[in-house]
Amino acid sequence: MEHLLYRQATQRPAFASTAAAAASASNARLSSGDGLTPAPIARAIVGVVASGNLEVLVEHVLPHDQYEIDIRTSATGFADVWQAVVTDFADRGALGGLRFSINDGGARPDTVSLRLAQALRAIAGGHA
Amino acid sequence: MTASTQYAEPLLAPALNGDASWFEASARQRIDGLLDAHTFQEFLGPEHRDTSPHLAIFDLPTQFDDGMVVGEGRLNGAAVLVAAQEGKFMGGAFGEVHGAKLTGLLRAAAVRRVPVVIMFETGGVRLQEANAGELAIAEIMRALIDARLAGVPVVGLIGGRAGCYGGGSLIAGCCSGLAISELGRLSVSGPEVIETNRGIEAFDAADRPLIWRTMGGKHRYLLGAVDAFVDDAIPQFRDAAIGLIAQAPTLDLAHLARVQSQLADRLDRLGACADATDVWRILGIASDVDVPDLEPAAFAALAQTLKEFGDDVR
Repeated sequence: MEHLLYRQATQRPAFASTAAAAASASNARLSSGDGLTPAPIARAIVGVVASGNLEVLVEHVLPHDQYEIDIRTSATGFADVWQAVVTDFADRGALGGLRFSINDGGARPDTVSLRLAQALRAIAGGHA
Repeated sequence: MTASTQYAEPLLAPALNGDASWFEASARQRIDGLLDAHTFQEFLGPEHRDTSPHLAIFDLPTQFDDGMVVGEGRLNGAAVLVAAQEGKFMGGAFGEVHGAKLTGLLRAAAVRRVPVVIMFETGGVRLQEANAGELAIAEIMRALIDARLAGVPVVGLIGGRAGCYGGGSLIAGCCSGLAISELGRLSVSGPEVIETNRGIEAFDAADRPLIWRTMGGKHRYLLGAVDAFVDDAIPQFRDAAIGLIAQAPTLDLAHLARVQSQLADRLDRLGACADATDVWRILGIASDVDVPDLEPAAFAALAQTLKEFGDDVR
């Protein structure tokens, strides 16, 4: 098993601000019939720990100017690849305030990217 | 910080279409589809990180919920406790934490007098934590029987990829009612276990038709080992669970005596059969009827006509 931890500062909070997130949540409830504005949720989990697969637990628990990706993987020696996947993910999405915890069963990088994107979408209130 | 953030309802699993396959669904998707919308509250969810203390010894990854999702919700408006095994994580096998979550749920059910639905998908005990897993099976069976003695229905649903084997099948056998789909398999020993221990003449684990007609849902239903046969769709399992909770038998001495007598009769009639097809002949199914090939509707009609049917031993 290998443990990798990426904790970074970011200027991009996942939910625009606490007030905006709350407003967005209540708006979504009011307009849920339209399905226009997904509301953020406190945490979400996607995937499963199996061969070539992984689970991602994402929680809104950090200060809005930080994010963390905490990885436990059965495939040792791939820190460079994880770094590349994590960097790519952080470049694409607004992650501030989010902690991603990963249990990995030896998933390929494309599967990891997919699960991270699913997790981000799920915690934003959309279907994974 | 996040203290004042207002969150929407937690959404722990993506919603599925109304007729989605039970077989293909994850543990969380099954719970989501079984319960009334937005009523599920998980106990010891993944954020608690109650993971297996044993798997690291074998350099194996853990899962945050240890492959067992437990909680409460509403089913057709009524309170219910639910447990679902994730078959893709270690084949849904029972370990220490995985088992303890179900034990705790059943103990809560006995105190709270709330029905339980267990969504089985398991190969049995996790070999990496075998002693803890075997103990968990015993504790679960004791807690299940205590719940039933307190008058609580405990319903099992079987239709996942991993089937319901080993200790999982023993727990299923203790339930007040079971529903199974054609794709569900229910047996104490799995095909490989039988072949390894008794030889390929006794059971050829590569013979898939043999596996299905011996352990598959249709045969288990014809034998009376399960109470309901359903299509592989989440709403069908939901309807079956509602029905089985409503008609749960009281667990008392008279019930046990009746079951014992029916099992003895079954052994007397069918004990010499070498193959499921022999059983079907004795049950009165014509030799030109290909049971595994029957569509669900035709199979249900056939099952209705069989006299063994009124002789349900569960």
